Amino acid sequence: MANEDGSLWLVHGGEIFNHVELRHELELRGHRFSTHSDSEIILHQYEEDGDGCLERFNGQWAFALWDERRQRLLLARDRLGVRPLFYARADGGIVFASEMKALFAHAGISREIDPAALRQVFTFWAAVAPRTMFRDVSELPPGHTLVLEKGSESLRQYWRPSYPGSFDPRERRPTDGEHAAELLDLLKGAVHLRLRSDVPVACYLSGGLDSTLTAALAVRQAGHPLETFSIRFTESEYDEGAWQDEASARLGTPHHSVWCRPEDIGRVFPDVIWHAETPIMRTAPAPLFLLSRLVREAGFKVVITGEGSDEILGGYDIFKETKIRHFCARRGESLIRPALLRRLYPYQPRLQRQSMAYLRAFFHARPEDLDRPFFSHLPRWSLAPSLTAFFSDDVKQAMKGSDPVVDLEQWLPHDYAGWHYFCQAQYLETSLLLPGYILSSQGDRMGMAHGVEGRFPFLDPRVVDFAAELPPWVKMRGLEEKHVLRLAAEGLVPETIRRRTKQPYRAPEAVSFFDPATGRARFPYVDELLSEEGIRRCGVFSPKSVSLLVKKVREGRAPGVRDGMALTGILSAQLWLQQFGKDFAARGEGRRDGDD
Amino acid sequence: MVTIEAQVRQFVIENFLFGRSDVMLNGDTSFLESRIIDSTGVLELVNFLETTYGIEVEEEEMDPANLDSLERIATFVGKKQARG
Repeated sequence: MANEDGSLWLVHGGEIFNHVELRHELELRGHRFSTHSDSEIILHQYEEDGDGCLERFNGQWAFALWDERRQRLLLARDRLGVRPLFYARADGGIVFASEMKALFAHAGISREIDPAALRQVFTFWAAVAPRTMFRDVSELPPGHTLVLEKGSESLRQYWRPSYPGSFDPRERRPTDGEHAAELLDLLKGAVHLRLRSDVPVACYLSGGLDSTLTAALAVRQAGHPLETFSIRFTESEYDEGAWQDEASARLGTPHHSVWCRPEDIGRVFPDVIWHAETPIMRTAPAPLFLLSRLVREAGFKVVITGEGSDEILGGYDIFKETKIRHFCARRGESLIRPALLRRLYPYQPRLQRQSMAYLRAFFHARPEDLDRPFFSHLPRWSLAPSLTAFFSDDVKQAMKGSDPVVDLEQWLPHDYAGWHYFCQAQYLETSLLLPGYILSSQGDRMGMAHGVEGRFPFLDPRVVDFAAELPPWVKMRGLEEKHVLRLAAEGLVPETIRRRTKQPYRAPEAVSFFDPATGRARFPYVDELLSEEGIRRCGVFSPKSVSLLVKKVREGRAPGVRDGMALTGILSAQLWLQQFGKDFAARGEGRRDGDD
Repeated sequence: MVTIEAQVRQFVIENFLFGRSDVMLNGDTSFLESRIIDSTGVLELVNFLETTYGIEVEEEEMDPANLDSLERIATFVGKKQARG
C-alpha cells in the first residue's frame, strides 16, 4: 500500500485497533484517506509524526515502511511482541518476513543453527531477540525499530516495560477498590477496541479468571453471546472443564471444546515445531495448535483471550515463589518462614514431600541471594546446566567460556536495579518469556498455523502502563495472586472462578511420546529421532546421555520436571534440526531452486 | 564386594548425570552445589536407598547433611543398617 503521491510504501501485518480515533484526528488535520483499512492509518500517522507515530498506535503490528524521499526503510514491531518480524542480510540488502522459513526462499540465507540460541532456549525457554535459532536470521525485538538509511543501520527501542523506582506504603494512594474500578474501565476500553473486526470474533475460555473476564466483557459489549472455545484434557490433573462449563453457562455462550489425549500431543508435535520454528521445552503449545484448528473449523479467524494478565498483574507462581523466597532470605535463621515454601506448587506432590532443608536449598532462599540481579529466576534457571549437559562435546566446546545468564546482565535496562524485586521478576517475565514463548510458540505461531489471530485486552498499552504503576501488594495480597483483578471482576464472573487459585496451564510431557503401559514410543519419529543413530546424525546431543534418559523414560522412572523438560527439549530440537535441515524442501513451504 | 559408595555412584551417574563426564564426582562432591540433583531427584535417591538397602528414611533425615554427597550417603546408610 502507498500514500497519495507514492512517496511512502507500506507492508503491514497485524492490527491498529484505535484506527477510528486516529483517522478522525488525521482528517481534521487535512489528511485524505482512500480506503477504510487500518494500514492506511500508519502511512498518514507517519507523515504527521515520523517515527513518533508508533506511540500513537494501540494494536499489534509488524510493518516495513519505505520512505522514498528520504531513501529510508523503517521496520517496526508492537510494544510487547504480539506480531513477529524477522530479517536477514543478503546481497547487500535486507530481507524480512513474519516467518523465518519465508526468508530461506532467498538463496543467500542459510539455515545453519546458532548453538548459542539453542543454549538460550534450554535456559530461558526462548532465544533472546534479536538472536534466533538460525545464525543468519534476526528477530526485531518487541518495542523496537530498525532503520536503514543511506548505508547505515540503527536499532532503537521506543518502548519497554518500566516500573516506579520505589513504592512508599505510607503515601496516600487510591484504595484497592478505586484501583480495581480504574482497571475495569481500562479493560472495558481494551475489549471494545479489540471487538472491531471485519469478521466474527470468538473467545477462548480456559476456566481461569483472565479469560472468563475478557469473555464476559466481550459478551456484554457485543450485545449477543459470542462463541467460546477451550481445551479439555483426558488427564484430570490438567483439565479445567468444570470451570469452563460454569463460565460458559453463566455467560450464555455456545461453547466448543477439543479433547486432548497425550497421544494427540505427540501426533501433532512435528507440526508444532514446524510452525514454532524453534525447539520448545514444554509440550504446552501443542494443545493450543489443536484448539486453533477447532476455532478455524468452526469458521472463526479472531479470538479474544486473557493472555498477558499473569505478567502484568502478578499471576504466575514465580511471583508467589519470589515473594516467599524473599521473605525467607531476609531472615536466614528463621525456622518458621521456610514452611511457606510448602505452599508453593500444591499441584506438585513430589515437591510437597521435600524436607525443609532441601526446600531451602532448591529455592535459593538464602540471604546472599537477595542482591543477585536475577533473584526471582534463580531456581528456574539453575536447571539449565543439567539440561545443556545433554549437548554433544562439539556443541559444548563451541559454547565454552560463555554463560547465558551472566551475558543477560548486559541486556537489563539501566534502572532495573532500583526496582522492587517483584517488579524485577515482572520485567523478566514480560520481556523474556512473554514475547519469546507465550505470545509466539504458544500464541501467534499456534494460532496462525490455522489462520487464527489472537487479541489480548490485557496487553492494551493503557492497561499495561496502569498495571506497572500499581504497588506489588495491590497485585499480590499476601499470597493471593491478581488481587486487584479479583476485585475488578466482582459480579462479572462466577464467584468460584473469581476466588479460585490460579491453575497454571500445563500439558502432559513424556507420556505424550511414550506409552507408560508398555514403555514403547507412540510414534515412529520418536524412536527414529531419539535413537543413538538419529542423535549422532544431527550432532547436537550426546548419544550416550540421551540413551540413558530415554531408558529412564521408557522404564517410567522420569516423573520429574527436569527430565520431562530434557526430553521435550531434545525431541523438539531433533525435530527442528530434521525439518529445517534435510527435510526442509520436502515440507513444501519455502522451497527454492537448487535446495538440497 | 561393591561398596555402598560405588553402588550409589553408579546410580547417580546413570540417573542424574546421564553419563556426562564433565562433572567430577568425588566422594565429597556436593550434589546441590554441583546441581546434580533436583527436588524429584532427592525422592528418587531416597527410593533407591530404601529399596536397595532395606532402610527407611524418615522426613527429618532427608537432609543434605545425610544425603548431599557419596561419602555422606555411605555413612548415613551404614549407620541406619547398623541400627536396623
